[in-house]
Amino acid sequence: MGYGVYVPIYRIRVEEIAKVWNEDAEGIKTSLNIVEKSVQDKDEDAATIAVQAARRAVSHAGIDAREIGAVYVGSESHPYAVKPTATIVKEAIGTGNRVMAADLEFACKAGTAGMQMVMGLIDSNMIKYGMTVGSDTAQGRPGDALEYTAGAGGAAFILGKGGSGNIAEILKTVSFTSDTPDFWRKEGASFPSHGGRFTGEPGYFNHTISATKMLFEETGFKPSDFDYAVFHQPNGRFPTNVAKQLGFTSEQIKNGLITPMIGNTYSGASLIGLAATLDVAMPGQKILVTSFGSGAGSDSFAIEVTENIEARRGSLVPVRDIISKNKTYVDYSIYLKHKKAIKKE
Amino acid sequence: MDVAPASLWRKINTRYNLVGNTCKNCNTSYFPQRVVCRNCGRKSKLEERKFSGNGTIFSFTRIMVPPDAFREDAPYTIGLIKLDEGPMVEGHIIDNCAEIKIGGKVKTVFRRMQTEDKEDLIRYQYKFEPL
Repeated sequence: MGYGVYVPIYRIRVEEIAKVWNEDAEGIKTSLNIVEKSVQDKDEDAATIAVQAARRAVSHAGIDAREIGAVYVGSESHPYAVKPTATIVKEAIGTGNRVMAADLEFACKAGTAGMQMVMGLIDSNMIKYGMTVGSDTAQGRPGDALEYTAGAGGAAFILGKGGSGNIAEILKTVSFTSDTPDFWRKEGASFPSHGGRFTGEPGYFNHTISATKMLFEETGFKPSDFDYAVFHQPNGRFPTNVAKQLGFTSEQIKNGLITPMIGNTYSGASLIGLAATLDVAMPGQKILVTSFGSGAGSDSFAIEVTENIEARRGSLVPVRDIISKNKTYVDYSIYLKHKKAIKKE
Repeated sequence: MDVAPASLWRKINTRYNLVGNTCKNCNTSYFPQRVVCRNCGRKSKLEERKFSGNGTIFSFTRIMVPPDAFREDAPYTIGLIKLDEGPMVEGHIIDNCAEIKIGGKVKTVFRRMQTEDKEDLIRYQYKFEPL
Protein backbone atom coordinates (compact mmCIF):
# COMPACT_ATOMS: atom_id res chain seq x y z
CA MET A 1 0.00 0.00 0.00
CA GLY A 2 2.81 2.38 0.85
CA TYR A 3 6.31 2.72 2.19
CA GLY A 4 8.53 5.20 3.97
CA VAL A 5 12.26 5.48 4.51
CA TYR A 6 14.25 7.44 7.06
CA VAL A 7 18.03 7.85 7.13
CA PRO A 8 19.77 10.22 9.58
CA ILE A 9 21.62 13.16 8.01
CA TYR A 10 25.03 12.42 9.49
CA ARG A 11 27.75 10.59 7.56
CA ILE A 12 31.27 9.43 8.28
CA ARG A 13 33.67 8.69 5.46
CA VAL A 14 35.74 5.52 5.21
CA GLU A 15 38.86 7.72 5.23
CA GLU A 16 37.95 9.16 8.64
CA ILE A 17 37.64 5.72 10.25
CA ALA A 18 40.71 4.31 8.46
CA LYS A 19 42.78 7.27 9.71
CA VAL A 20 42.07 6.28 13.33
CA TRP A 21 43.17 2.67 12.84
CA ASN A 22 45.99 3.42 10.41
CA GLU A 23 44.38 1.32 7.68
CA ASP A 24 44.33 1.67 3.91
CA ALA A 25 41.15 3.64 3.13
CA GLU A 26 41.34 3.15 -0.62
CA GLY A 27 41.81 -0.59 -0.20
CA ILE A 28 38.81 -0.79 2.14
CA LYS A 29 36.63 1.31 -0.18
CA THR A 30 37.47 -1.00 -3.04
CA SER A 31 37.20 -4.31 -1.19
CA LEU A 32 33.90 -3.42 0.56
CA ASN A 33 32.52 -1.16 -2.19
CA ILE A 34 31.57 1.50 0.33
CA VAL A 35 32.24 5.24 0.40
CA GLU A 36 30.61 6.41 3.62
CA LYS A 37 27.98 5.38 6.15
CA SER A 38 25.09 7.04 7.98
CA VAL A 39 25.31 7.89 11.67
CA GLN A 40 22.40 8.59 14.01
CA ASP A 41 22.04 11.89 15.86
CA LYS A 42 22.58 11.87 19.63
CA ASP A 43 18.84 11.67 20.26
CA GLU A 44 18.03 9.06 17.61
CA ASP A 45 17.71 5.30 18.05
CA ALA A 46 16.01 2.38 16.31
CA ALA A 47 12.63 3.49 17.69
CA THR A 48 12.83 7.11 16.51
CA ILE A 49 14.04 5.95 13.09
CA ALA A 50 11.20 3.42 12.92
CA VAL A 51 8.63 6.08 13.81
CA GLN A 52 9.91 8.53 11.20
CA ALA A 53 9.82 5.82 8.50
CA ALA A 54 6.41 4.55 9.68
CA ARG A 55 4.86 8.02 9.56
CA ARG A 56 6.12 8.46 6.00
CA ALA A 57 4.66 5.08 5.08
CA VAL A 58 1.23 6.01 6.47
CA SER A 59 1.36 9.29 4.56
CA HIS A 60 2.33 7.50 1.34
CA ALA A 61 -0.30 4.80 1.76
CA GLY A 62 -2.97 7.45 2.28
CA ILE A 63 -4.89 5.27 4.73
CA ASP A 64 -6.35 5.87 8.17
CA ALA A 65 -3.73 4.50 10.58
CA ARG A 66 -6.56 3.18 12.78
CA GLU A 67 -7.18 0.54 10.09
CA ILE A 68 -3.71 -0.95 10.60
CA GLY A 69 -4.18 -4.23 12.45
CA ALA A 70 -0.58 -5.32 12.98
CA VAL A 71 2.76 -3.59 13.57
CA TYR A 72 6.01 -5.56 13.58
CA VAL A 73 9.38 -3.91 14.10
CA GLY A 74 12.55 -5.78 13.20
CA SER A 75 15.83 -4.57 14.66
CA GLU A 76 19.11 -5.66 16.20
CA SER A 77 19.21 -2.47 18.23
CA HIS A 78 15.83 -2.23 19.95
CA PRO A 79 16.29 0.47 22.63
CA TYR A 80 14.93 -1.80 25.35
CA ALA A 81 15.86 -5.42 26.01
CA VAL A 82 12.37 -5.78 27.51
CA LYS A 83 9.67 -3.37 26.30
CA PRO A 84 8.63 -3.38 22.67
CA THR A 85 9.63 -0.86 20.05
CA ALA A 86 6.44 -1.82 18.19
CA THR A 87 4.23 -0.27 20.88
CA ILE A 88 6.11 3.02 20.55
CA VAL A 89 5.69 2.93 16.76
CA LYS A 90 2.00 2.01 16.86
CA GLU A 91 1.26 4.81 19.33
CA ALA A 92 3.23 7.36 17.31
CA ILE A 93 1.35 6.59 14.10
CA GLY A 94 -2.01 6.40 15.87
CA THR A 95 -3.22 2.88 15.14
CA GLY A 96 -5.56 2.67 18.09
CA ASN A 97 -5.38 -0.26 20.51
CA ARG A 98 -6.94 -3.07 18.44
CA VAL A 99 -3.61 -4.01 16.92
CA MET A 100 -1.22 -6.94 17.02
CA ALA A 101 2.31 -5.78 17.74
CA ALA A 102 5.67 -7.37 18.38
CA ASP A 103 9.37 -6.80 18.07
CA LEU A 104 11.35 -9.11 15.84
CA GLU A 105 15.02 -9.96 15.73
CA PHE A 106 16.64 -12.05 13.02
CA ALA A 107 19.87 -10.13 12.44
CA CYS A 108 19.47 -8.20 9.18
CA LYS A 109 16.29 -9.87 7.92
CA ALA A 110 13.77 -9.19 10.69
CA GLY A 111 12.07 -6.54 8.54
CA THR A 112 11.28 -9.00 5.74
CA ALA A 113 10.27 -11.65 8.30
CA GLY A 114 7.70 -9.12 9.50
CA MET A 115 6.52 -8.68 5.94
CA GLN A 116 5.82 -12.41 5.69
CA MET A 117 3.95 -12.38 9.01
CA VAL A 118 1.77 -9.48 7.86
CA MET A 119 1.09 -11.28 4.56
CA GLY A 120 -0.20 -14.28 6.49
CA LEU A 121 -2.52 -12.16 8.63
CA ILE A 122 -3.91 -10.37 5.58
CA ASP A 123 -4.36 -13.55 3.55
CA SER A 124 -6.27 -15.14 6.42
CA ASN A 125 -8.51 -12.06 6.67
CA MET A 126 -7.44 -11.34 10.24
CA ILE A 127 -6.42 -7.75 9.44
CA LYS A 128 -7.07 -5.22 6.70
CA TYR A 129 -3.66 -3.54 6.75
CA GLY A 130 -0.40 -4.42 8.46
CA MET A 131 2.94 -2.69 8.87
CA THR A 132 6.44 -4.08 8.98
CA VAL A 133 9.44 -1.96 9.88
CA GLY A 134 13.15 -2.68 9.65
CA SER A 135 15.17 -0.17 11.67
CA ASP A 136 18.63 -0.16 13.16
CA THR A 137 21.39 1.91 14.61
CA ALA A 138 23.83 -0.79 13.65
CA GLN A 139 26.68 -1.74 15.95
CA GLY A 140 30.22 -2.42 14.81
CA ARG A 141 33.14 -2.93 17.18
CA PRO A 142 35.76 -0.15 16.94
CA GLY A 143 38.62 -1.32 14.78
CA ASP A 144 36.58 -4.18 13.29
CA ALA A 145 35.76 -4.36 9.57
CA LEU A 146 32.10 -3.87 10.53
CA GLU A 147 32.88 -0.38 11.76
CA TYR A 148 33.22 0.77 8.14
CA THR A 149 29.75 -0.46 7.22
CA ALA A 150 27.42 -0.47 10.27
CA GLY A 151 25.05 2.43 9.48
CA ALA A 152 21.73 3.81 10.72
CA GLY A 153 18.36 3.93 8.97
CA GLY A 154 15.07 2.20 8.45
CA ALA A 155 12.12 1.56 6.22
CA ALA A 156 8.46 0.80 6.83
CA PHE A 157 6.03 -0.97 4.52
CA ILE A 158 2.24 -1.12 4.78
CA LEU A 159 0.63 -4.17 3.23
CA GLY A 160 -3.02 -4.61 2.35
CA LYS A 161 -5.23 -6.85 0.27
CA GLY A 162 -5.99 -5.90 -3.33
CA GLY A 163 -7.83 -2.77 -4.29
CA SER A 164 -6.94 0.36 -6.15
CA GLY A 165 -4.51 1.48 -3.46
CA ASN A 166 -1.95 -1.23 -4.04
CA ILE A 167 1.29 -0.11 -5.66
CA ALA A 168 2.72 -3.62 -5.94
CA GLU A 169 1.71 -7.22 -5.45
CA ILE A 170 3.80 -9.88 -3.71
CA LEU A 171 3.47 -12.87 -6.03
CA LYS A 172 5.39 -15.35 -3.91
CA THR A 173 7.68 -15.56 -0.91
CA VAL A 174 9.84 -18.39 0.42
CA SER A 175 12.48 -18.65 3.11
CA PHE A 176 15.64 -20.68 3.50
CA THR A 177 16.72 -21.11 7.12
CA SER A 178 19.47 -23.00 8.94
CA ASP A 179 21.32 -22.81 12.25
CA THR A 180 24.53 -21.17 11.07
CA PRO A 181 26.66 -19.34 13.68
CA ASP A 182 28.14 -16.69 11.39
CA PHE A 183 27.34 -13.55 13.44
CA TRP A 184 25.97 -13.06 16.95
CA ARG A 185 25.60 -10.74 19.91
CA LYS A 186 24.81 -12.03 23.38
CA GLU A 187 22.65 -10.29 25.99
CA GLY A 188 24.56 -7.36 27.46
CA ALA A 189 27.29 -7.33 24.82
CA SER A 190 27.73 -3.94 23.18
CA PHE A 191 28.98 -5.21 19.85
CA PRO A 192 28.32 -8.22 17.65
CA SER A 193 30.96 -10.86 16.98
CA HIS A 194 31.34 -12.67 13.70
CA GLY A 195 33.10 -15.55 12.08
CA GLY A 196 35.21 -13.46 9.71
CA ARG A 197 35.33 -15.13 6.32
CA PHE A 198 32.87 -17.76 7.58
CA THR A 199 30.13 -15.09 7.28
CA GLY A 200 30.54 -15.17 3.50
CA GLU A 201 30.11 -18.56 1.83
CA PRO A 202 28.27 -20.61 4.53
CA GLY A 203 26.32 -17.56 5.69
CA TYR A 204 25.38 -14.84 3.22
CA PHE A 205 26.00 -16.60 -0.09
CA ASN A 206 24.56 -20.02 0.77
CA HIS A 207 21.31 -18.63 2.20
CA THR A 208 20.80 -15.88 -0.36
CA ILE A 209 21.41 -18.19 -3.29
CA SER A 210 19.38 -21.06 -1.83
CA ALA A 211 16.33 -18.92 -1.07
CA THR A 212 16.43 -17.25 -4.47
CA LYS A 213 16.78 -20.57 -6.29
CA MET A 214 13.93 -21.99 -4.21
CA LEU A 215 11.78 -19.08 -5.32
CA PHE A 216 12.73 -19.74 -8.95
CA GLU A 217 11.84 -23.43 -8.61
CA GLU A 218 8.45 -22.74 -7.04
CA THR A 219 7.44 -19.98 -9.46
CA GLY A 220 9.21 -20.91 -12.67
CA PHE A 221 10.77 -17.45 -12.79
CA LYS A 222 14.33 -16.92 -13.95
CA PRO A 223 16.62 -13.89 -13.50
CA SER A 224 15.68 -12.43 -16.87
CA ASP A 225 12.02 -12.30 -15.81
CA PHE A 226 12.87 -9.58 -13.31
CA ASP A 227 13.47 -5.96 -14.15
CA TYR A 228 15.14 -5.32 -10.80
CA ALA A 229 16.76 -7.32 -8.03
CA VAL A 230 17.52 -6.34 -4.45
CA PHE A 231 19.77 -8.39 -2.21
CA HIS A 232 20.75 -7.81 1.39
CA GLN A 233 23.75 -5.58 1.36
CA PRO A 234 26.12 -5.94 4.35
CA ASN A 235 28.60 -4.09 2.14
CA GLY A 236 28.60 -3.11 -1.51
CA ARG A 237 30.53 -6.15 -2.68
CA PHE A 238 28.45 -9.11 -1.46
CA PRO A 239 25.20 -8.19 -3.29
CA THR A 240 27.14 -7.49 -6.47
CA ASN A 241 28.83 -10.89 -6.28
CA VAL A 242 25.69 -12.82 -5.36
CA ALA A 243 23.76 -11.17 -8.19
CA LYS A 244 26.43 -12.26 -10.62
CA GLN A 245 26.42 -15.83 -9.29
CA LEU A 246 22.63 -16.01 -9.69
CA GLY A 247 22.69 -14.64 -13.22
CA PHE A 248 21.51 -11.07 -12.62
CA THR A 249 23.17 -8.12 -14.33
CA SER A 250 24.59 -5.04 -12.61
CA GLU A 251 21.84 -3.03 -14.32
CA GLN A 252 19.18 -5.05 -12.48
CA ILE A 253 20.64 -4.37 -9.02
CA LYS A 254 21.95 -0.81 -9.33
CA ASN A 255 18.76 0.97 -8.21
CA GLY A 256 18.46 -1.04 -5.02
CA LEU A 257 22.14 -0.93 -4.08
CA ILE A 258 22.20 1.73 -1.34
CA THR A 259 24.81 0.45 1.13
CA PRO A 260 27.81 2.10 -0.62
CA MET A 261 26.31 5.50 0.37
CA ILE A 262 24.82 4.83 3.82
CA GLY A 263 26.36 1.59 5.04
CA ASN A 264 24.55 -1.52 6.19
CA THR A 265 21.41 -0.48 8.05
CA TYR A 266 20.96 -4.11 9.17
CA SER A 267 17.20 -4.78 9.43
CA GLY A 268 16.55 -1.74 7.25
CA ALA A 269 18.94 -2.63 4.42
CA SER A 270 16.84 -4.90 2.16
CA LEU A 271 13.70 -2.83 2.72
CA ILE A 272 15.47 0.45 1.89
CA GLY A 273 16.81 -1.23 -1.25
CA LEU A 274 13.27 -2.30 -2.17
CA ALA A 275 11.94 1.21 -1.52
CA ALA A 276 14.64 2.74 -3.73
CA THR A 277 13.66 0.29 -6.47
CA LEU A 278 9.94 1.02 -6.12
CA ASP A 279 10.84 4.72 -6.51
CA VAL A 280 11.77 4.08 -10.14
CA ALA A 281 9.84 0.93 -11.09
CA MET A 282 7.09 1.18 -13.68
CA PRO A 283 3.75 -0.66 -13.91
CA GLY A 284 4.10 -4.33 -14.83
CA GLN A 285 7.77 -4.56 -13.88
CA LYS A 286 8.95 -7.33 -11.58
CA ILE A 287 11.30 -7.03 -8.60
CA LEU A 288 13.15 -9.83 -6.86
CA VAL A 289 14.07 -9.20 -3.22
CA THR A 290 16.17 -11.61 -1.18
CA SER A 291 17.11 -10.55 2.32
CA PHE A 292 19.64 -12.23 4.58
CA GLY A 293 19.88 -12.41 8.33
CA SER A 294 22.80 -13.99 10.08
CA GLY A 295 22.16 -16.97 12.24
CA ALA A 296 20.94 -17.60 9.46
CA GLY A 297 18.18 -17.24 6.90
CA SER A 298 17.02 -15.55 3.73
CA ASP A 299 13.53 -14.46 2.67
CA SER A 300 12.98 -14.22 -1.07
CA PHE A 301 10.09 -12.31 -2.67
CA ALA A 302 8.79 -11.96 -6.24
CA ILE A 303 6.99 -8.63 -6.55
CA GLU A 304 5.07 -7.14 -9.46
CA VAL A 305 4.43 -3.40 -9.67
CA THR A 306 0.85 -2.33 -10.36
CA GLU A 307 -0.48 0.46 -12.56
CA ASN A 308 -1.18 2.59 -9.44
CA ILE A 309 2.44 3.22 -8.63
CA GLU A 310 3.00 6.38 -10.65
CA ALA A 311 -0.15 8.13 -9.44
CA ARG A 312 0.80 7.32 -5.86
CA ARG A 313 4.29 8.83 -6.01
CA GLY A 314 2.92 12.34 -5.46
CA SER A 315 4.89 14.01 -2.70
CA LEU A 316 6.94 10.89 -1.84
CA VAL A 317 10.60 11.85 -1.51
CA PRO A 318 12.72 9.26 -3.36
CA VAL A 319 15.21 7.28 -1.28
CA ARG A 320 18.14 8.61 -3.28
CA ASP A 321 17.08 12.19 -2.47
CA ILE A 322 16.67 11.32 1.21
CA ILE A 323 20.21 9.98 1.40
CA SER A 324 21.97 12.49 -0.83
CA LYS A 325 20.41 15.80 0.22
CA ASN A 326 21.16 17.63 3.44
CA LYS A 327 23.87 15.27 4.65
CA THR A 328 26.48 16.38 7.15
CA TYR A 329 29.88 14.79 7.72
CA VAL A 330 31.20 14.10 11.20
CA ASP A 331 34.71 13.30 12.35
CA TYR A 332 35.52 10.22 14.42
CA SER A 333 35.18 11.95 17.80
CA ILE A 334 31.70 13.29 17.00
CA TYR A 335 30.82 9.87 15.58
CA LEU A 336 31.74 8.29 18.94
CA LYS A 337 29.59 10.84 20.75
CA HIS A 338 26.59 10.14 18.50
CA LYS A 339 27.08 6.40 19.06
CA LYS A 340 27.21 7.08 22.83
CA ALA A 341 30.65 5.45 22.96
CA ILE A 342 31.90 8.45 24.93
CA LYS A 343 29.81 10.20 27.58
CA LYS A 344 30.05 13.03 30.05
CA GLU A 345 30.32 11.74 33.59
CA MET B 1 17.53 11.03 36.13
CA ASP B 2 14.48 9.04 37.12
CA VAL B 3 11.49 9.04 34.74
CA ALA B 4 8.27 8.10 36.54
CA PRO B 5 6.28 5.50 34.54
CA ALA B 6 2.85 6.96 35.34
CA SER B 7 3.86 10.48 34.43
CA LEU B 8 5.44 9.33 31.19
CA TRP B 9 2.42 7.16 30.29
CA ARG B 10 -0.13 9.94 30.89
CA LYS B 11 1.66 12.24 28.45
CA ILE B 12 2.34 9.76 25.64
CA ASN B 13 -0.37 11.00 23.31
CA THR B 14 0.58 14.61 23.93
CA ARG B 15 4.28 14.07 23.50
CA TYR B 16 4.26 11.59 20.61
CA ASN B 17 1.59 13.21 18.49
CA LEU B 18 1.26 16.82 19.63
CA VAL B 19 -2.33 16.34 20.73
CA GLY B 20 -4.00 19.39 22.28
CA ASN B 21 -7.59 20.53 22.14
CA THR B 22 -9.83 23.06 20.40
CA CYS B 23 -12.93 24.80 21.66
CA LYS B 24 -15.77 24.23 19.21
CA ASN B 25 -17.48 27.41 20.41
CA CYS B 26 -14.75 29.92 19.58
CA ASN B 27 -12.29 27.75 17.57
CA THR B 28 -9.40 28.52 19.94
CA SER B 29 -6.79 25.75 20.16
CA TYR B 30 -4.67 24.85 23.16
CA PHE B 31 -1.46 22.95 23.75
CA PRO B 32 -1.15 21.40 26.22
CA GLN B 33 -4.84 20.65 26.63
CA ARG B 34 -7.00 22.87 28.85
CA VAL B 35 -10.02 21.72 30.81
CA VAL B 36 -11.84 25.04 30.30
CA CYS B 37 -11.61 27.39 27.32
CA ARG B 38 -10.19 30.78 28.28
CA ASN B 39 -12.79 32.56 26.14
CA CYS B 40 -15.90 30.51 26.78
CA GLY B 41 -15.57 29.54 30.41
CA ARG B 42 -18.34 27.17 31.46
CA LYS B 43 -19.73 27.16 27.89
CA SER B 44 -16.53 25.51 26.66
CA LYS B 45 -16.84 22.72 24.11
CA LEU B 46 -13.31 21.36 24.07
CA GLU B 47 -12.38 18.49 21.75
CA GLU B 48 -9.06 16.69 21.37
CA ARG B 49 -7.08 17.77 18.34
CA LYS B 50 -3.91 16.39 16.80
CA PHE B 51 -1.92 19.31 15.45
CA SER B 52 -0.10 19.12 12.15
CA GLY B 53 3.33 19.72 13.68
CA ASN B 54 4.00 22.59 11.30
CA GLY B 55 4.81 25.98 12.75
CA THR B 56 6.96 29.12 12.79
CA ILE B 57 9.80 30.02 15.15
CA PHE B 58 8.58 32.89 17.36
CA SER B 59 11.76 33.03 19.41
CA PHE B 60 14.65 30.82 20.41
CA THR B 61 17.61 30.60 22.74
CA ARG B 62 20.82 28.57 22.76
CA ILE B 63 21.42 26.57 25.93
CA MET B 64 25.12 26.35 26.78
CA VAL B 65 24.89 25.24 30.42
CA PRO B 66 22.29 22.47 30.55
CA PRO B 67 20.50 20.71 33.38
CA ASP B 68 21.87 17.25 34.08
CA ALA B 69 19.28 15.41 31.98
CA PHE B 70 20.48 17.25 28.87
CA ARG B 71 24.20 17.10 29.58
CA GLU B 72 24.99 15.13 26.43
CA ASP B 73 23.05 17.52 24.20
CA ALA B 74 24.56 20.93 25.02
CA PRO B 75 24.77 23.23 23.28
CA TYR B 76 21.20 22.91 22.05
CA THR B 77 18.35 25.18 21.04
CA ILE B 78 15.00 25.71 22.72
CA GLY B 79 12.33 27.63 20.83
CA LEU B 80 8.87 29.04 21.11
CA ILE B 81 6.98 27.71 18.11
CA LYS B 82 3.75 29.23 16.86
CA LEU B 83 1.86 26.24 15.47
CA ASP B 84 -0.09 26.75 12.24
CA GLU B 85 -3.25 25.98 14.24
CA GLY B 86 -2.53 28.79 16.71
CA PRO B 87 -1.05 27.54 20.00
CA MET B 88 2.44 28.59 21.10
CA VAL B 89 4.56 25.56 22.03
CA GLU B 90 7.93 25.34 23.71
CA GLY B 91 10.26 22.71 22.32
CA HIS B 92 13.73 21.65 21.28
CA ILE B 93 14.83 22.68 17.81
CA ILE B 94 17.18 20.05 16.43
CA ASP B 95 20.36 20.88 14.60
CA ASN B 96 19.85 19.63 11.06
CA CYS B 97 22.30 22.20 9.68
CA ALA B 98 19.48 24.43 8.45
CA GLU B 99 19.52 28.00 9.79
CA ILE B 100 17.51 28.57 12.95
CA LYS B 101 15.93 32.04 12.70
CA ILE B 102 12.88 33.90 13.98
CA GLY B 103 10.14 33.46 11.41
CA GLY B 104 11.67 30.24 10.10
CA LYS B 105 9.36 27.32 9.35
CA VAL B 106 9.64 24.10 11.35
CA LYS B 107 7.95 20.72 11.56
CA THR B 108 7.94 18.07 14.27
CA VAL B 109 10.22 15.04 14.34
CA PHE B 110 10.23 12.11 16.78
CA ARG B 111 13.27 11.97 19.06
CA ARG B 112 14.59 10.89 22.45
CA MET B 113 14.15 13.73 24.87
CA GLN B 114 16.95 13.43 27.40
CA THR B 115 19.81 11.37 28.72
CA GLU B 116 18.61 8.65 31.05
CA ASP B 117 20.48 6.41 33.40
CA LYS B 118 20.93 2.88 32.08
CA GLU B 119 17.96 1.38 33.93
CA ASP B 120 15.51 4.26 33.40
CA LEU B 121 12.63 4.57 30.97
CA ILE B 122 13.31 6.41 27.75
CA ARG B 123 11.28 9.54 27.16
CA TYR B 124 10.34 10.00 23.51
CA GLN B 125 8.59 13.07 22.19
CA TYR B 126 8.32 15.70 19.46
CA LYS B 127 11.11 18.09 18.69
CA PHE B 128 11.12 20.66 15.92
CA GLU B 129 13.18 20.50 12.76
CA PRO B 130 13.92 23.67 10.75
CA LEU B 131 12.74 23.39 7.14
